[in-house]
Amino acid sequence: MSLKMDVDWKPLLLVPALALLALPLVGSPSTWLTLTVAGLAMGMIVFIIASGLTLVFGLMDVLNFGHGVFIALGAFVATSVLGVMGDWTQSQSILANLAAVLPAMVVAMLVAGAVGLAFERFIVRPVYGQHLKQILITMGGMIIGEELIKVIWGPAQIPLPLPEGLRGSWLWGDAAVEKYRVLAVVVGALVFGLLAWTLARTKIGLLIRAGVQDREMVESLGYRIRVLFVGIFVAGSALAGLGGVMWGLYQQNVIPQMGAQVNVLIFIVIIIGGLGSTTGALIGALLVGLMANYTGFVAPKVALFSNIALMVAILLWRPQGVYPVAGSR
Amino acid sequence: MNLLELQGVHTHIGAYHILHGVDLAVPKGRLTMLLGRNGAGKTTTLRTVMGLWKVAQGRVAFAGKEIGGLATPQIADLGIAYVPETMGIFADLTVKENMLLAARAARRAQDMDEARLKWIFRLFPAVEKFWNHPAGKLSGGQKQMLAVSRAIVEPRELLIVDEPSKGLAPAIINNMIDAFAELKASGVTILLVEQNIHFAQRLGDTVAVMDNGRVVHAGTMADFSADAQLQQRLLGLSL
Amino acid sequence: MLRRLLSNDLPRSKVLAVLLIAVLLGLAFAPFVFPGVKALNVAAKILVFIVLVASFDLLLGYTGIVSFAHTMFFGIGAYGIAIAATRMGAGWDAVAVGLACSLAVSLVLALAIGLFSLRVRAIFFAMITLAVASAFQTLASQLSEFTGGEDGLSFRLPEIISPSFEFSEEPFLGVSLDGRLLCYYLLFVVAVVLVLALLRIVNSPFGRVLQAIRENEFRAEAIGYRVVVYRTLSAVLSALFATLAGAMLALWLRYNGPDTSLSFEIMIDVLLIVVIGGMGTVYGAAIGAVLFVVAQSYLQDLLRLGNEAVSGLPWLAALLSPDRWLLWLGLLFVLSVYYFPTGIVGKLRARSSAR
Repeated sequence: MSLKMDVDWKPLLLVPALALLALPLVGSPSTWLTLTVAGLAMGMIVFIIASGLTLVFGLMDVLNFGHGVFIALGAFVATSVLGVMGDWTQSQSILANLAAVLPAMVVAMLVAGAVGLAFERFIVRPVYGQHLKQILITMGGMIIGEELIKVIWGPAQIPLPLPEGLRGSWLWGDAAVEKYRVLAVVVGALVFGLLAWTLARTKIGLLIRAGVQDREMVESLGYRIRVLFVGIFVAGSALAGLGGVMWGLYQQNVIPQMGAQVNVLIFIVIIIGGLGSTTGALIGALLVGLMANYTGFVAPKVALFSNIALMVAILLWRPQGVYPVAGSR
Repeated sequence: MNLLELQGVHTHIGAYHILHGVDLAVPKGRLTMLLGRNGAGKTTTLRTVMGLWKVAQGRVAFAGKEIGGLATPQIADLGIAYVPETMGIFADLTVKENMLLAARAARRAQDMDEARLKWIFRLFPAVEKFWNHPAGKLSGGQKQMLAVSRAIVEPRELLIVDEPSKGLAPAIINNMIDAFAELKASGVTILLVEQNIHFAQRLGDTVAVMDNGRVVHAGTMADFSADAQLQQRLLGLSL
Repeated sequence: MLRRLLSNDLPRSKVLAVLLIAVLLGLAFAPFVFPGVKALNVAAKILVFIVLVASFDLLLGYTGIVSFAHTMFFGIGAYGIAIAATRMGAGWDAVAVGLACSLAVSLVLALAIGLFSLRVRAIFFAMITLAVASAFQTLASQLSEFTGGEDGLSFRLPEIISPSFEFSEEPFLGVSLDGRLLCYYLLFVVAVVLVLALLRIVNSPFGRVLQAIRENEFRAEAIGYRVVVYRTLSAVLSALFATLAGAMLALWLRYNGPDTSLSFEIMIDVLLIVVIGGMGTVYGAAIGAVLFVVAQSYLQDLLRLGNEAVSGLPWLAALLSPDRWLLWLGLLFVLSVYYFPTGIVGKLRARSSAR
């Protein structure tokens, strides 16, 4: 009998495999490097957004079709916060820039988290266990949220320019690597690290991992998993807000519909990853990000289809996603 | 004194009316056996006590306090440990993590009661042997032992156990019986659902027999053991 | 006879019957009763939406499947006519070819989606259809040589239903008798026929099995109905009817673009209508569509009034801005899902049977 904790390593190889596959198709290594970093950055941002959603689903069987509203909210809040920090964003100093961007992120997370609390209480909680109504109601919540954003910030596109010091690229030989994208990868890695550490090393993480498998038993052991769930929902919304800020800076503008647009992407990601798995979401997000950037360069017309094709390919291999959660369903 | 009392409890599962007025008394410090044919409603009764099914009618009292409307975590918090028929082992977590989860007072593994763990390891050596292995890799019998270990990693007033010997090899069943005997001796009140004869004979102080969602007989194990006709009538077999 | 026409699915509520008759008459005589170009456009849009939403109800209300790909089939129908008319010129052969091709494409796609995804859980399916619809919309705007890209396609219709055709010099009851009128009545007849057809379908043994599957899939399978087959059939039928609705839209607008028929806003509109009107009742689509389209067109005016009235309080004014009408409808939608899960039709029927 195998006594080691064997880690399922095959899905982990998918990311480098895709990158290597793209190299001959792209041609020049320096372009490849630029695209890869861009893809990883985009993937990391998508992961930040998707991580909360997949945990919420894994734990409580609740799928929030309105998750996009927190993304948009975070992005718009950032426009307001950064708007009043003109001197710091105009400065060339990266430190000053970060001193502006960090508070924007924090405020965005707080606002998104607070709205998440209300969303859970008034929209999600009344329809526990009823999947059909959940889909409809969370969609309705997103519509209302999007309209409210338009009320507060207006219906038009708002530019969200990168602070001066974060613009531009570093040059490594022939390859130009955008500074902001590197930052995105760093932030994403930090978030993943934090999530992974929490899940593996803290008792709360233990509760989450156990709750995803057998919610009833966790309650029978005396834990109020409902409270935990609300916490995760709020954390997931806050993370989506953070992702929204980063996505907005990545695109350098924000529109009220951005929530609905990114929604599709994150659904693809968590389907690929397996509903309930954080590592799966990371892999899915990185694959989607890389795919979008590689196909955008090699065959632009196929770009959006490429994600669907990727999803179909993965589902044919593993119908429940790359890391199906061993749940009692 | 009865630690747990059910009076006229009815339970519905969806459209089905499963429990039709269950009356059950579990005396403190004793081991009560809940017997009955398959489908009699034994598991449903246990789940109703734990709040996993709602009490439609009737009263469930723990230490004199009404617990019928409480949520499952609250009920567990009162000092009741539940070992379900399906064991409820978290397969992806290690044995250590399973135990840590059950030890509510402990924030980390080091905080678990050393002495208590030693006692558990003595009762169930497999738990110590596979401490750092994923619980899913354990055999059926070992999982059962883990499930019971979880229930006793911290002192609890009442243990509710659903068929701990199901699917176990006879040698292991004896282990299990010894463990429960020691538990009983330590003063824990136990409500045990079991089909296994030896369990009933060696451990039972009081017995309740269920049929069709009702308790049709309640009394001491001594009396029940002595009455072969009664056993035949209620269970279709003799102890 | 009326019973047979409605496939024994009577309104079962006096108020509902009155409303339905009012809707029917209103739509039948719209050009005469509600003069003006805008009113006729609203009426035509209602006809299209009734068919579109009723076909969605077949899937959601009767079979219990949430699919976000409905607008994709709508778009296929619209593009079918548009592309055929653009390439083959104005004529009935273009319409026929366009219709046939779009129905064929819808059939194949619906089969593919059905067989692939209906084996997975409802939530998976909903997400996948969302992704597919989104991809299709992008595809439509990218294949510009074929679909006209972002700008869409403008085309001409067979002479008899185009506005320039006049079959009488004299206006009749104040309405000029031109091709536009004929086009409207073509749409009207098609809509009535399709709705009656849907009533036939949902009240047939097939429809009953769908409802059984919706209630308890496991049991239906256990009794011997192959759930996947029934669901796929339902998805295909729903898609075909949506395609026809798309063709209707294209015929009326003489234009089609990605936003006209494929946008996510339309999908949301359909959801709103089916929930507010009443899921699992074909009549809900009719009542809901009328309510919704009228609201969309005229509520904005109402909001504008309210907006001006409170212009002193900027925040309140922003909430009442006519552009934010979707906010209020969204609220109505959420409230409907909670408090009126059976929609208007359900409520009316419940009140009627309670008496």
